[in-house]
Amino acid sequence: MEKLAETFFNVRVMAEYAPKIVEGFFLTVQLALVVVLTGIVAGLALAAVRSFRLTAVNLLIVVFVDVMRALPPLVLIILLYFALPSVGIKLSGFVSTWLALSMVLAAFAEEIFWAGILAVPRGQWEAARSTGLSALQTLAHVVLPQAVRLTIPPLTNRTIAVTKGTALGAVVAVGEILYQAQSGYSFSYNPSPLTLGAIAYLILFIPVVWFGRWVETRFAWKR
Amino acid sequence: MEALIQNFFNAAILAQAWPYLLAGFWMTVKLCLVVIPLGLAGGLAVALVSRAASRPVRWAAVVYVDFFRAFPPLVLLMFIAFGLPFMKIDLGAFGAVALAFLLNTSSYYGEIFRAGIESVPRGQVEAARSTGLSARQTMTFVVIPQAVRNVIPDLIGNTLEVVKLTSLASVVALPELLYAARQAQSLTYNATPIVAAGVIYLVCLWPLVRLLSRYEHRQIAVR
Repeated sequence: MEKLAETFFNVRVMAEYAPKIVEGFFLTVQLALVVVLTGIVAGLALAAVRSFRLTAVNLLIVVFVDVMRALPPLVLIILLYFALPSVGIKLSGFVSTWLALSMVLAAFAEEIFWAGILAVPRGQWEAARSTGLSALQTLAHVVLPQAVRLTIPPLTNRTIAVTKGTALGAVVAVGEILYQAQSGYSFSYNPSPLTLGAIAYLILFIPVVWFGRWVETRFAWKR
Repeated sequence: MEALIQNFFNAAILAQAWPYLLAGFWMTVKLCLVVIPLGLAGGLAVALVSRAASRPVRWAAVVYVDFFRAFPPLVLLMFIAFGLPFMKIDLGAFGAVALAFLLNTSSYYGEIFRAGIESVPRGQVEAARSTGLSARQTMTFVVIPQAVRNVIPDLIGNTLEVVKLTSLASVVALPELLYAARQAQSLTYNATPIVAAGVIYLVCLWPLVRLLSRYEHRQIAVR
């Protein structure tokens, strides 16, 4: 027991690396926030464009969404970070992770918003158009407000899953929680920094998981 | 254009890297064959425990699920892969990956199975019990088969996520597809192997993505 505490909860090592972990904590929060923002906005924009039903454009959107859903996010991050420099495009680890996760979230969000838009009855479109609203106004004021309500529970869950992907940034040297914890571990050869990192993730994500549960019951579908 | 083909779609490099990629691919398949059944079985167990009669037992299941859903899987994996050896428990890379993914995926599968079990009307259980089936028989022959059918899209969706998750094993040097691709890339100084790995993931998972998006649209349309 003594040994266990010494190994995983070594106070001296923890005190040494705690500032780094805190630094990583804020970077994780930053990264998660920008990913959520760009991912959801891009997803909504794609779904809105798709609702105009231009065949060629929609085909492109579907291909994009399918590719993003089929590729592991880590593969995307590594492609952006390690492969693009060979054609002269150098992205930092932060930008690669942000871009990759945003694209993944945008793809999932587009699918969810699009399903929501489809769920709004066709008559709503027709009624709105016949009162003289333009197509854009119909989308913005009639269809999307109804569609978005339907999409909140699945979107919340997906967003939570994607924000946890910020840990993948550690692989491309983004100084977020896991990266700091891992480098602390390899400097001290003691897993206490990893314990600290794990605790930091729990502090960050337990409330988020609970929020997701709450959203799920709040917007639950009564069949 | 020339540079693009040279760096991303280089046939000579691909021919060189192909045996590695193939070996990596089979490791990924092997990993999936271990992790998915384990996760499904673990998830079903979690769901059954979360329906237990005793309140503390139910709470334990909720804590388990929330705890492992709050951890980014990569954090869990690193903790197990680097932390456990300090306790003289050496699972090896494959064992560490299997354990980390069992903990992570069983909590997701558990939530899905729980929702499925809850979707089976109470009358089904009462009817089954009144025909003389025991509680266990009712669960096995009446509730679970219907529950599973109700959540098949979610099960497929999560299984897709699990397959993509196996790419994280590359971080703890398990020679699966992404690891093999990165090795090949660093040996050849060329991004083609990573692009090829991406294409392999895409080819394998795209049918699943299509199937899923068809299910999802049907689901929301019914609502």
